[in-house]
Amino acid sequence: MADLIHLSADALAQKLAAKEVSAVEATQAYLDRIDAVDGAINAFLHVNTEEALLVAAEVDKARADGDALHPLAGVPIAVKDLIVTRGQPTTAGSKILEGWQSPYDATVVKKLRAAKMPILGKTNLDEFAMGSSTEHSAYGPTRNPWDLDRIPGGSGGGSAAAVAAFEAPLALGTDTGGSIRQPGAVTGTVGVKPTYGGVSRYGAIAMASSLDQIGPVSRTVLDSALLHEVIGGHDPHDSTSLTDPVGALVEAARLGQVEGMRIGVIKELQGEGYQAGVLTRFHESLDLLRSAGAEIVEVSCPNFRYALEAYYLIMPSEASSNLAKYDGVRFGLRVVPDGAPTIERVMGATRAAGFGDEVKRRIILGTYALSAGYYDAYYGSAQKVRTLIQRDFAAAFEQADVLISPTAPTTAFKLGEKLDDPLAMYLNDVATIPANMAGVPGLSLPGGLADEDGLPVGIQLLAPARQDARLYRVGAVLESLLEESWGGPLLAKAPAIPGIAGGK
Amino acid sequence: MTAGTDEVLSFDEAMEKYDPVLGFEVHVELNTKTKMFSSAPNAFGDVPNTNVTPVDLGLPGVLPVVNGVAVESAIKIGLALNCSIAEKCYFARKNYFYPDTPKNFQTSQFEDPIAHDGFLDIELTDGTVFRVEIERAHMEEDAGKLTHMGGSTGRIQGAEFSLVDYNRAGVPLIEIVTKPIEGAGSRAPELAKAYVAAIREIVKNLGVSDARMERGNVRCDANVSLRPHGRETFGTRTETKNVNSLRAVEHAVRYEIQRHAAVLDTGTPILQETRHWHEDTRSTTSGRPKSDADDYRYFPEPDLVPVVTNEAWIEKLRAELPEPPAERRKRLQADWGYSDAEFRDVVNAGVMSSIEDTIAAGVSAAVARKWWMGEISRRAKLADVEPAELGVSPELIVELNALIESGKINDKLSRDVLDGVLAGEGTPAEVVEKRGLAVVSDDGPLLEAIDGALAAQPDVADKIRGGKVQAVGAIVGGVMKATRGQADAGRVRELILERLGVEG
Repeated sequence: MADLIHLSADALAQKLAAKEVSAVEATQAYLDRIDAVDGAINAFLHVNTEEALLVAAEVDKARADGDALHPLAGVPIAVKDLIVTRGQPTTAGSKILEGWQSPYDATVVKKLRAAKMPILGKTNLDEFAMGSSTEHSAYGPTRNPWDLDRIPGGSGGGSAAAVAAFEAPLALGTDTGGSIRQPGAVTGTVGVKPTYGGVSRYGAIAMASSLDQIGPVSRTVLDSALLHEVIGGHDPHDSTSLTDPVGALVEAARLGQVEGMRIGVIKELQGEGYQAGVLTRFHESLDLLRSAGAEIVEVSCPNFRYALEAYYLIMPSEASSNLAKYDGVRFGLRVVPDGAPTIERVMGATRAAGFGDEVKRRIILGTYALSAGYYDAYYGSAQKVRTLIQRDFAAAFEQADVLISPTAPTTAFKLGEKLDDPLAMYLNDVATIPANMAGVPGLSLPGGLADEDGLPVGIQLLAPARQDARLYRVGAVLESLLEESWGGPLLAKAPAIPGIAGGK
Repeated sequence: MTAGTDEVLSFDEAMEKYDPVLGFEVHVELNTKTKMFSSAPNAFGDVPNTNVTPVDLGLPGVLPVVNGVAVESAIKIGLALNCSIAEKCYFARKNYFYPDTPKNFQTSQFEDPIAHDGFLDIELTDGTVFRVEIERAHMEEDAGKLTHMGGSTGRIQGAEFSLVDYNRAGVPLIEIVTKPIEGAGSRAPELAKAYVAAIREIVKNLGVSDARMERGNVRCDANVSLRPHGRETFGTRTETKNVNSLRAVEHAVRYEIQRHAAVLDTGTPILQETRHWHEDTRSTTSGRPKSDADDYRYFPEPDLVPVVTNEAWIEKLRAELPEPPAERRKRLQADWGYSDAEFRDVVNAGVMSSIEDTIAAGVSAAVARKWWMGEISRRAKLADVEPAELGVSPELIVELNALIESGKINDKLSRDVLDGVLAGEGTPAEVVEKRGLAVVSDDGPLLEAIDGALAAQPDVADKIRGGKVQAVGAIVGGVMKATRGQADAGRVRELILERLGVEG
């Protein structure tokens, strides 16, 4: 059933509804695909075969009985291993949580279960979502299906690679500074960071609480909208979750209309530091949108230039506190040093052994930024920058309905290339971070392949807070125009995964 | 650690040289149904680690949600302490590693307490009123409880391991902080006790806390410093932690004043530190050094939105406040016509509310006082319980009193009736019936007994006949004995005098 795995989630859902295919068949097809390719990709940290098939069988039975079902019932999904799930391990990509099983489900997981979407398993990530390449996972890197020597982006490289390699039609990611969108860009998939508060964070292991947001990963804009409507909405367990209804996102994606819309090109998110092939594809997209009747305007967000620096103060500050709970006392790894260990030594030894270098780097950075005497200069200043970025967005959205930029300055780099240069790694998120700093929604969709390396380029759309629908409306138009120019989906151009019988 | 090895000066000598400056941090545990940030029950004394949710254990992915009732309680406390209530206030994280704190940070308030700048007038025993300025009252969560095992002292020193109970973790706390209290002089220990007693009374009266110090519902940290008479600047302070009875507060402040004075007399500076209070030796020992620069890396809690109050809400809560205890006492004393000494005794015996209820049920203030300060207090002392805990209802006292006033029983018999009622033998009337306790009102048996008594003490009978009417008491005593107390002593006296032909 190789064809089955190449269907979009929407197409699969329709076939399921029409009883042309069963949920068990679809789920099994994806499990077979995982079995075939994941040895090479390493997108999954855990495969949830039994439960996924069980849920699929329930869906088939319910459908046979004529029960009412959610439109996505029986459509399988992968979940980033930063989101807690009952019945499966949750590791956050860290040794410190190895073997830990959550006694509760994240709110988004409850919603997946309510919709009866079989959960295929848990996907790889940079440890505690800290990284842009998935190389910081304690369980080995995930590889980019386009080129196994390259990174799939991060931190959500596992979810993006799983979707790109047809191991899942949909996945959940989390995005703190671009962890959904940048992996989407470098794997030729779609990823959405909803408005902050649009999707409950309850059960998403926190890195930086004021920046984290769960969102959809898919192969089409419409599929992300479908998943977004499943997971979105108010949650009384998350005080920062918005009370607004999630909105007509699927309708916006199906409408796909840009005529008369003003689309703002952010002056500061192009030019120096951006790969030529990325900019070529970006300008092509602008031309397509213009041809579809959109007005392309230029906007300036002068404070975006401070976004990365401010982000690397706020994010580690919050992370240093959020990660304090991993101490070996209540759950997860416990390392008891020799001799007569005190609680301090047990906590110290546990954290020394359980956390990787990047996590330690950020904990130390954050601890320093929050310490007495430095707080105002670091955390305090960074919060002021955050306000300035919000003002930049507010001003830009006076002039434009949606903003547009490349998602990442480059295509996928090689594994190991930036591992010893954290600053170079951090720069990869320069275009995605402002959205997190302001809480506005962002979507990345495939913009084609860069001429110089033949690797996917991502186009990022940004909308005002609570206007996520605009992303889908514009994204769907751009996607259809691009696919028309390519003669099909971009992923159809991906090379066969080496060593896999039957190629892709 | 050996207690009580420090040199102390006599209190009077200390007062001759120094002025004490006090400061208090009182933690009040609220009696809300659920915890500050979770839906776990807020209950005392349950099986360890049963009143916990994933939130209370700080499991990965959890988020706090503010308990609205706790916020209202905080506002009520603030209003009762004459504080301003913040229009908008934030929670903050206080970061420190300790195994009783599940997240390794305490969610508290830092720069923006919900209530600030109030005062409390404290009445001392001689009637003088001392105003204590309140700096702030803020909301936070309690920690879990550690039990150190294997050592002889129950302290962490020498223990082999420690157990932790998270039932208390997350219980809502209000921390009330005073401004430095100057000018108390030798009244400082008395003021300390009276201040904590007043706080306890206020929160109990508001109904927001069970206010039981022995359960840790109200816990006091007492700061003490000394300065030579006439000096403006404060001396170095020590903070005696968790002084958990009113008497201990008084003693701890007195002890620290004496110890500081002895140290200062030798020319050595006071070490800024915490002190532990030891009830057995009535002394303090050194805890940990505490500087003003303790670095808790406070920052605004990003998982919670600010608490926003408004005038209408605050005024509604203000209107619901019960009468302040001090005003209530003034009103009741005036209503009841008790002398200052009588009223103070009533308050100290803890029977003011019982008397109020008993008067409301239908007896005079004098009768209510007679019962509560007499028979009931006596029984309470014997049983080592509070008078109110004996199970004597106001209605019971009304009934007993009615029986006495109708002449059915006398004071002495009423005690037997009370015995019977408390033993579950029925209503007072039923007990009188069953036990045959009614006063003998038929003159026949009385005259018989009188004749017997006169015959037994002929010399006394002669004296009475000779005009020494006061000697009649001995005969009355004989009659009462013969009738097992079931005679109306007044009537007996009348009959004796009549019998002997003497004018009363």
